[in-house]
Amino acid sequence: MAKNVCIITEYRNGDFRRVTHEVASEGRRIADALGTGLVAVALGSGISAKAPDLGKYGVDKVYVVDDPALEYYLAGVFVPVIAEVLKQLDPAAVLLPASVDGRDLGARLGARMNVTLLQDVIEVVVGDDGKIKAKWPMFSGKCFAWCEWADGVPPLLSIRPNIMQTQLLDESRKAEIEAASAPIPKPRASVLKYELDTSGKVELTEAEIIVSGGRGMKDAANYAMLEDLAGQLGAAVGASRAAVDSGWRPHSDQVGQTGKVVNPNLYIAVGISGAIQHLAGMGYSKYIVAVNKDADAPIFTKADYGIIEDLFTFVPALTEEVKKLKNS
Amino acid sequence: MNIVVIIKQTPDTETVIRLAPDNKRIVTSDIKWIINPYDEFAIEAALRLKEKHGGTVTVISFGAQRVVEALRTALAMGADDAVLIDDPQMRDADFLRVTRALVAAAKEKNPDIIFIGSRTVDYDQGQRGAILAEMLGWPHFALAISMESDGKDITIERPIEGGKVTLKAPLPVLVTFGGSHAVWNPRYASLPGIMKAKKKPLAVKKLTDLGLDPADFSPDKARIRITSLELPPQRKAGKIIDGGLDTSGKARELVKLLREEARVI
Repeated sequence: MAKNVCIITEYRNGDFRRVTHEVASEGRRIADALGTGLVAVALGSGISAKAPDLGKYGVDKVYVVDDPALEYYLAGVFVPVIAEVLKQLDPAAVLLPASVDGRDLGARLGARMNVTLLQDVIEVVVGDDGKIKAKWPMFSGKCFAWCEWADGVPPLLSIRPNIMQTQLLDESRKAEIEAASAPIPKPRASVLKYELDTSGKVELTEAEIIVSGGRGMKDAANYAMLEDLAGQLGAAVGASRAAVDSGWRPHSDQVGQTGKVVNPNLYIAVGISGAIQHLAGMGYSKYIVAVNKDADAPIFTKADYGIIEDLFTFVPALTEEVKKLKNS
Repeated sequence: MNIVVIIKQTPDTETVIRLAPDNKRIVTSDIKWIINPYDEFAIEAALRLKEKHGGTVTVISFGAQRVVEALRTALAMGADDAVLIDDPQMRDADFLRVTRALVAAAKEKNPDIIFIGSRTVDYDQGQRGAILAEMLGWPHFALAISMESDGKDITIERPIEGGKVTLKAPLPVLVTFGGSHAVWNPRYASLPGIMKAKKKPLAVKKLTDLGLDPADFSPDKARIRITSLELPPQRKAGKIIDGGLDTSGKARELVKLLREEARVI
């Protein structure tokens, strides 16, 4: 029997994070190409009840470690437990989310199991010979690289959020559950505080629409205008390095090569000239809108739709139009 | 306190990337090289820690002789000594092997704490810190945006999707630095700093100097290899919405296009 493909889930606040469904869907696709099954390793506190739901996204069987000590991710606990379970499963390939925690987890697993992780994968192909190749963006997307693993090395890859299509197979499909046994070590590090933003703000790297402001915003207070527009669109608000360096926005909003690399369906760049380091961070967006009064701004060479206007008059007008659309 | 900072020299973030004819490497002949920005944050944090608790800051890097310039810059910022691992055998080694060499070099300094950037702006893999921590058996605090230490314990804050986590552990700990220039505001090398840096120790080591077998680093030992590089599809400039419309007319037209043509709202 061919070896299974395996995914590692990410669970927070009583449910699997959306990126887990994306990883499961991609895992299913790879398993089908290899003619094999898809299993999952799921760690968390109170995770057992939700685990069968992964079946909807193509997982056949979930190996669950459900323990109060697994409420928050700590490498010192998760890495040894997952490595032990993977050793028993001996999968053909392992996929996990390239989330904040997944990136750490994957890199440590790769080192521990001597297989080498490929981080931040945006495309996977399975050859007719069953060989897996994967692509990741280097230089924040200025260049892509294809990679393959040496013979006998099971590919380990973290999947960038918001790239892979989620495939809901069948609402009623349930995955089989098995409790995995692995000793849970005591970590040296401890979580002092775990604060989640409850304002419903959309995370940039997982947002479908981003409204982003740059130097042209002139002042921190003017971002209220972008917040309004973002509110109407259900979008996240981003910023260029110039805006963050000026102290107008928190660093967590920064989009670019130093900052976050984002891939929304729609990126609205407001008062952003389009420095190459910013373009690297958002160039993978499906659609780009640029609003700038400088017709020569480089952002217009990348934008699908350009508006040469003063942003202070255009953005409120745009918000009005979106509001009308939503109310119609 | 022995503080080790691991840095990499990377192309400047303004660099336009071009591919070599074999499509396996980028053209490096006209690149301006800088210290990876996230590693610069790590250097800054190390210097602040030293200013508070005393000790030494050692910077370690790997690569060709051009990397000496990055190490001299770190010394000019205030680091005490530097180590460059320059071994042709390492050029095509994978992440795990390169990191193994860095671990060997770091261990020679008996570090209490190791700092490194959360990712490099070239390969963007963001895994060196985690691999180092795993090889050392240390906790890894990733993506730090603040750091405090009394010399025994260390506390950091790190962003997660839609939130923030505060972590604490007794030393030794490996910290990778996230945030941005606005968070860490790394210092510039001063002129006296640059003069002093010329006299600070900078050791160049080969793999054998670190007790490692160069044969383990040969390209055929790599667990993973790059088969080809490609440039992203060129985005074409799209349409400028004008048509003699006034401001709200343009807004209406844009909403219509986003709704009906792009179908993204």
